Amino acid sequence: MITLKEALALSKEELATFKKDLKKQIEAKPELNAYIDVNNVGEGVPIAIKDNIQVKDWSVTSGSKILEGYIAPYNATVINKLTDAGLSPFGRTNMDEFAMGSTTESSCYGITQNPHNANCVPGGSSGGSAAAVAAGLAIAALGSDTGGSIRQPAAFCGIVGMKPTYGRVSRYGLGAYASSLDQIGPMTQNVEDAAILYDIISGHDVKDSTSHESNEKVSDKLDASRKLTIAIIPEHVKDASDDIKKGYAKTVEALKAAGHTIVEKSLMDGKFDISAYYITATAEATTNLARYDGVRYGNRKEGESLHDLYVRTRSEGFGDEVKRRILLGNFVLSSGYYDAYYVKAQKVRHLIKDEYAKLFAEVDLILSPVAPRTAYEVGALEDPLEMYLSDIYTISVNLAGLPAISLPVDTAENGMPVGLQLIANAYEEQTLFDGALSLEKQLNFKLNS
Amino acid sequence: MFEVVIGLEVHTQLNTETKLFCSCPTSFNDRPNVNTCPTCLALPGALPVLNKSVLEKSIMLGTAIGATVNRTSFFDRKSYFYPDSPSAYQITQLYTPVVEHGTLDIDFEDGSSKTIRINRAHIEADAGKNIHEGAISKVDLNRAGTPLLEIVSEPDMRSAEEAVLYVKKLHSIVRYLDISNANMQEGSFRVDVNVSIRPKGDEKLYTRVEIKNINSFRFIHKAIEIEVERQIEAWEDGVYDEEIRQETRLFDQVKQETRSMRGKEEAADYRYFPEPDLLKALISDEMFTTFSDIPELPDQKKARLVSEYGMREYDAAVITSDLETAHFFEAMLREGINAKNAITWLTVELQGRLKGGMTVTTSPVDAKTLGTLVKRIEDKTISGKAAKEVLDYLMENENDVDAAIEKLGLKQMNDTGALETIIDAIIAANDDKVEQYKGGKEKLFGFFVGQTMKESKGTANPQTVNEMLKTKLG
Repeated sequence: MITLKEALALSKEELATFKKDLKKQIEAKPELNAYIDVNNVGEGVPIAIKDNIQVKDWSVTSGSKILEGYIAPYNATVINKLTDAGLSPFGRTNMDEFAMGSTTESSCYGITQNPHNANCVPGGSSGGSAAAVAAGLAIAALGSDTGGSIRQPAAFCGIVGMKPTYGRVSRYGLGAYASSLDQIGPMTQNVEDAAILYDIISGHDVKDSTSHESNEKVSDKLDASRKLTIAIIPEHVKDASDDIKKGYAKTVEALKAAGHTIVEKSLMDGKFDISAYYITATAEATTNLARYDGVRYGNRKEGESLHDLYVRTRSEGFGDEVKRRILLGNFVLSSGYYDAYYVKAQKVRHLIKDEYAKLFAEVDLILSPVAPRTAYEVGALEDPLEMYLSDIYTISVNLAGLPAISLPVDTAENGMPVGLQLIANAYEEQTLFDGALSLEKQLNFKLNS
Repeated sequence: MFEVVIGLEVHTQLNTETKLFCSCPTSFNDRPNVNTCPTCLALPGALPVLNKSVLEKSIMLGTAIGATVNRTSFFDRKSYFYPDSPSAYQITQLYTPVVEHGTLDIDFEDGSSKTIRINRAHIEADAGKNIHEGAISKVDLNRAGTPLLEIVSEPDMRSAEEAVLYVKKLHSIVRYLDISNANMQEGSFRVDVNVSIRPKGDEKLYTRVEIKNINSFRFIHKAIEIEVERQIEAWEDGVYDEEIRQETRLFDQVKQETRSMRGKEEAADYRYFPEPDLLKALISDEMFTTFSDIPELPDQKKARLVSEYGMREYDAAVITSDLETAHFFEAMLREGINAKNAITWLTVELQGRLKGGMTVTTSPVDAKTLGTLVKRIEDKTISGKAAKEVLDYLMENENDVDAAIEKLGLKQMNDTGALETIIDAIIAANDDKVEQYKGGKEKLFGFFVGQTMKESKGTANPQTVNEMLKTKLG
């Protein structure tokens, strides 16, 4: 597949032919199920869009039955930015329902295969976007990352996935899961493409009050030769699988070889991240998803009374994982429990932020696993608690609002990709991309797909 | 003996051009659901952006009630399902409201006054409207997201009278600041009353009952009386604990009763938590300085009228109690007329003629016109009596005072020559009565005045008539 950089140099005619062929290729591989459907806006370079990003006149459903038939009447800010830059939203990709999941198995459109092994999941929640890029069926894609939903599927599928600093990319038009954690980000074939796509979608937006007041661009200043100080957290890596440990060790050596300084550091036990994250995310989610009541739009189930209509619409429209998180969110916010859960979780969140701030006073980047292991087999991650625990390496980045990039570094013994992430201080995207580009060049790693 | 304890929550709809969190217009009476957008419809992905003018109006209110204006305030989500609430949560300010710790003085007829503490005023989004038509219910979201300032008093009022005085005063302040249309019938000034009773001397607060749906000052008074009666009766019958629950009751104007809105099993848990889609609301020094410079308030205006025009306290209070009347009065004064005449002609003559819900704002006779009319009395163009006739005419017809006087032929006869001719003729035609008058029957003087006025069709200046008749009749 041609890169985004190459595609941006194509003529209108070449792009038209390319997109026609691409559509055929996508339709020739329905079993992959990375795409829900393939629609196109405009004449630009095709970018696959996760099903929770609003594209005017498209059906946009966040992978949920409750939004069956819903047609978005407006564009997300990132979609306007894509089309303004001459790119085209092209096909919407599968995802875990409302971005709640790590495998893309909870979508109402069925599972998506991992292009490296049809029996494995592509990760989630942006599994469709990751699989499409990994399978050579997309030049690049947009995903969203609330607790690792870009980085983890990127790692499982062997592509690059980047989560920007909270506030860098407008959330206007992103179907919300957890407002204080969600960020849209690029999913690409290489680091440079990620930087290019990041530049296109980022920037201040008056429609998102949490959007950051700056428009710094990175892709024209990429510098792989910068020598950085990179922290490793040995006690975090010890719980990961051997494949991950092996990839980690190899990466540390590559970074050293590239002239970076590696320092050993420590961070608070990841179990606190998990608790703080699942309390915060579900509290926000329970309110963000309360609007799906069947009154104004979406998939209404008529009832005998208003109460009955609500209960039937939401009981039949939401899947199990979504219901579980709604219940959990309601519980942690309910009177008598609020202080013990929600308030405490916010205190922990502050501690996590402070810890990162202290660390970033001394280092430029942190190298960390993305997931404890490579892609799971379909159905292997059925226990919700086990699934929550598998987010251990990604969620603190969202809690602290930091930018991070996941990139492939190795192939596991079973042939599945191993991805690791670099994490930077808030608003230090330039350092993040520079370090990632340096690592990518040093490893010169190609997945056998 | 019981003491009544009352606290009030007033929802004031702020008169901003656009809604609290989106740029939809706040206009009323449009076709249902036209003033909506992704944000106020709570479509997937839509986000709120704070309308800054709401902070500005909050600063004004905070200043008017001598409150603390929090330079940093926060928004929270209050969750409940109802079709008029599209996101199923209301964005409000529970933990850190924009305005806290104010006071408001209420004045009694005997000249005494009392300070009522105001706990807070917080910004929140209004809901839409549910319209029930038989088996069908409809939802109109034009109002959804309209900004409200909820002003919450401490339970400092001890009678229905005090509660009404408080609401009237607050209403008048809000109108003086022009931060709300504050129309009770249209729902832009909604009052919820919290009522409890306790044995006199008892310091503790007993079960508070909230009464909603009260849309006039008169009904506030009535609703409180009725609810207090219900609570006292329950106490005296020994069933207070069973019958008086902390609940919300609706005031039924027709049946003159309050009744429970929802059963206790549905006691709401609103699951408040900080709104993650909005950052803290910041008030800059510049914004604070600009908007804490507020217009004259009712109490200040009253004091000024008393000192500037030597008006009676009572008259000044009547004039200033509502902004429209005060404005009307001041506009009349601009015609260069006497303040006392202005009061009489505004409060007695004009207001006596305003019928069927008409107010000074909708009056067919505006302040300038009424002022001109009074001026014509003062410059002796017409008599006071004739002026009433002119006002009657103006209420129904065109609005030019001088044209009306002309048309009705009521111009006062200040021409003594013409008047003399009339009087001479009357004296000549009534020899007998002149004799009787001169013979001591002094009450016949009135007869001559009457005849003269009749002949002049009321245009003679009564004072001149008196003087001339006295001279002629010797």
